[in-house]
Amino acid sequence: MGEKTPLIEVENLSKTFGLLPVLRGVSFGVARGETIMLLGQNGSGKSTLLRLLAGLSKPTAGFIRIGGWQLPKEAMAVRRQIGLVSHQPLLYGDLSARENLDFFGKLYGLAKAERDEAIEALLDRVGLAKRADSLARSFSRGMQQRLSIARAIMHQPDILLLDEPFTGLDQAAAERLEDLVMSAQREGRTLIMTTHQLGRAPALASRALILSRGGIAFDGNIATMSAASLGELYAELCGGAAVA
Amino acid sequence: MKTPSRTAVLAILSKDLRAEIRSRDLLSVMAIFAFLCILVFSFALELDRVAREEAISGVLWVTLVFASLLGFNRSLSQEDDQGNLDAMLLAPVSRPAIFLGKLLSNYLFTLIVALVILPLMTVIYNHNLLKGWLIVTTVLGIFGFSSIGTLLAMLTLHTRSREAMLPIAMLPVALPLLLTAARATTNILNDSPAREWLVWLQLLVAVTVIYLALCWLLSGFVLEE
Repeated sequence: MGEKTPLIEVENLSKTFGLLPVLRGVSFGVARGETIMLLGQNGSGKSTLLRLLAGLSKPTAGFIRIGGWQLPKEAMAVRRQIGLVSHQPLLYGDLSARENLDFFGKLYGLAKAERDEAIEALLDRVGLAKRADSLARSFSRGMQQRLSIARAIMHQPDILLLDEPFTGLDQAAAERLEDLVMSAQREGRTLIMTTHQLGRAPALASRALILSRGGIAFDGNIATMSAASLGELYAELCGGAAVA
Repeated sequence: MKTPSRTAVLAILSKDLRAEIRSRDLLSVMAIFAFLCILVFSFALELDRVAREEAISGVLWVTLVFASLLGFNRSLSQEDDQGNLDAMLLAPVSRPAIFLGKLLSNYLFTLIVALVILPLMTVIYNHNLLKGWLIVTTVLGIFGFSSIGTLLAMLTLHTRSREAMLPIAMLPVALPLLLTAARATTNILNDSPAREWLVWLQLLVAVTVIYLALCWLLSGFVLEE
C-alpha cells in the first residue's frame, strides 16, 4: 500500500434505524497515524459512525475500507487492527483489573507469556499496577477508563476509536487520560475520537470532522484554531454550544 | 487472523465461572427460586398424595425451565449492562464461539441447580429421583433448554422488556423439549419398562441435537446487528 493511501476510507456511508436516517452519505479518509476529532451534537451520528468503523454495526449504504479490507464483509480481518474505548467501560466488574485484561487477551489469541508481559506493562503504564488484583467494580470512573484504554490497546491495534472517553471524569482523571491518548499518538496509532469538550480538541487532534444532520458539515485543520474559534464554528454549524 | 474457537469458548466459560464464584449472582437466585417453586407445588398438592406423585415430573421440569429462564436473562444482561458484549464482538472471535461459551456457562449453572433440586425433591416428595436414567434425561433436557434459551436471550437482549420477552419467546419454542423430557421422566419415575421411556429419551436426544445445530447456525445472525 502506498504512503498516500488512507488507512481508513469511508465513502457515501449511510445508516438508517427504521425510518430514521442517522448518517447520510458520509465520506472521508484517515491517514495512518492521524488523529481526528469527531464533533457534533447529541444524535448527530458520532457514536453510530464509530460503531460502523468498529464493525459493530452494518451500514445501510456505502462502504468502509480499513487497511484495504472492506467492512462488514471482511470484518474478521480488521478486528485485530481496532481498539475501542467507549463511554461505557466494557469491563467485568466481578473480575480484577488483571483478570479483565487476561480475558480480553485470550479473545485476541495472545499466548500466555505474551499476555502476562503485556498485562504487567499496561497496568504500569495506566497507573493501576498496585490495584492489579482489585475488582474492576471497586474502581473510580477515571480508573475504569484507564483500564478500558489498557484493554483497548492490549492487542496493539493500529486504530483506536474513542467514544466520549472524557465523559464523567474529573479534571485530574481527564488530564491523565489525555496523557494516555497522547502516548497512543506518539506510538503512531490512528485515533478517531468523539467529544463534546471542544477545549480539548485542538490540543489532541490536528483535524476535526463536525457532523450535523447526519452529514459532514466541516472537515478541516483545527491545529491552529483556538478553542474559542472552534466553538464559534461549531455553534454556527450545529446551532448550539459545546462544553468548552 | 481469527482466534481459535476453542480458546474463545474456554475463555468465556472460565470468565463466567470466575465471576459467578465471586458474586454468586446467578446461582443464588436460580437455586432460591427453584427451592421456593418446589415448596409451593408441594404445599399446593399436599392434600392429594396420588396427584402429588403424578405431578413430580411436571414440577421438576417447570421448576427447571423457570429457574433457567431467570439464569439466562441475568447471564446475558450482565454482558450487556457494561457493554461487554460489544467488547467480545470486537474481538476476532467467531460468533458461534461466543454463543457456545455462553451456552456452556448457562448449562453448567442450570445443571448445578438441577443437581441440588433432585435430592431435595426426593426428600420433599418422598420419591426417589436419583435414578441413573432420570439424571441422564435431566442432563440432556437442560442442554437443549440452555441452547435455545441462550440464543433467545441474545435475541431479546435489546428489546424493551427483555425479562418478559424471553419466556414469551422461549416457552413455545421449547415445547417439544419440555414434552419429551417430561414424558421420559414420568416413565422412568413410574419404573415403566425401558421400551416405554427409551423412545422419549431418543426423541429428546434428537430434538436437543436439532436445536443445538439450529442455534449454532443462527447465532451469527443473532449476534450481528
